[in-house]
Amino acid sequence: MSTFIRAEFHIHTVLSPCADIEMIPPLIVEQALSRNIHLIAITDHNHTANIEAVQKAAEGTPLKVLPGMELQTSEEVHVLCLFEKLEQAKAFQKIVDEHLPNLENNIDFFGEQFVVDETGDFLRREERLLLTSTSLNLHQAWEEVQALGGLFIPAHVNRKAFGLLPTLGMIPLDTPIEIVEISRDLPKEKVCELYPQICSTPFIQSGDAHFLDDILGWNHLWIPEISLKEISLAIQSLSPQRHQIISD
Amino acid sequence: MNLTLGQIAKTLNLDLLTQSVDWEEIRPTAGYTSDMLSCVMAGAPHRSIWITLQAHMNIIAVAALLELSAVIITEGAQPEPNTIEKANEKGVILFSTKASSFEVAGRLWEMGLRAVSSEE
Repeated sequence: MSTFIRAEFHIHTVLSPCADIEMIPPLIVEQALSRNIHLIAITDHNHTANIEAVQKAAEGTPLKVLPGMELQTSEEVHVLCLFEKLEQAKAFQKIVDEHLPNLENNIDFFGEQFVVDETGDFLRREERLLLTSTSLNLHQAWEEVQALGGLFIPAHVNRKAFGLLPTLGMIPLDTPIEIVEISRDLPKEKVCELYPQICSTPFIQSGDAHFLDDILGWNHLWIPEISLKEISLAIQSLSPQRHQIISD
Repeated sequence: MNLTLGQIAKTLNLDLLTQSVDWEEIRPTAGYTSDMLSCVMAGAPHRSIWITLQAHMNIIAVAALLELSAVIITEGAQPEPNTIEKANEKGVILFSTKASSFEVAGRLWEMGLRAVSSEE
């Protein structure tokens, strides 16, 4: 028995300096639910500090919050790293911390990096610059995420800034990437025509939400239970009975 | 263009990462620099020399595809051992240098290398 789940896999909070100040846990939860989205992933740049707050804000609601991160590899490729449990994301954070350069965030240039609680109240500022590359290369990052049981989805692969295809030209042969994310501004029908090198790779399209209005929920899944395994299987399935992108 | 890869390697004091070649026989047609592989695929002239700080495995595929004369990896970036192995396998010549891409491009230009092939 599969259930219909509408999902948004790419959401930034106020921890991402580029995200709007309204991207706080209660508003993200409210917005998702108002659009009948029951599955989201929180994916801040190189950091996981606000995930738990969003999970707490979603407690008692039908919304499930997956822990994630938008990692920036040494080649300047952005990758959504999704996990099932918070502990996995925290373990990944430790690895990322070791590979993040010790630079201080310059608020004037990049913006604020707020860690907040489940009500959206200020807890602290993340002092380390998050909008930068880690020293993990794509393959190393893939290995780390695999080892932790996570899902590795290169983000907006068609985008010139931080997208895998412009930066690396093609999916590296040594890194068996199963799913990619295509920017929402590229109609799904055009993917094969413009990017034959990923034509056979299953893809998602996400809001890459920096504002509440970007929480789109274009991915429609029919899965027996919410787990990374089922999500991954549904997206990779050729059957439209399991995954559809509906850009409404 | 009579400039050889040997002259370039010696003048710029480049470190050869791949197996030794008869580099006096190799005459790059032009120079090209970018770190975005999609740009390189579209823009680097055949048998040119490519300057980049990108050390990812995919540079080998691009260099082999375009039959580039050599790749100069700048700013001390180091490819992984399996990348160098792949380069040897595909006959791609890799150099490394601590110098910046700007400096390498400038010095190659001084030596007479240009942006597009003078032979074509």
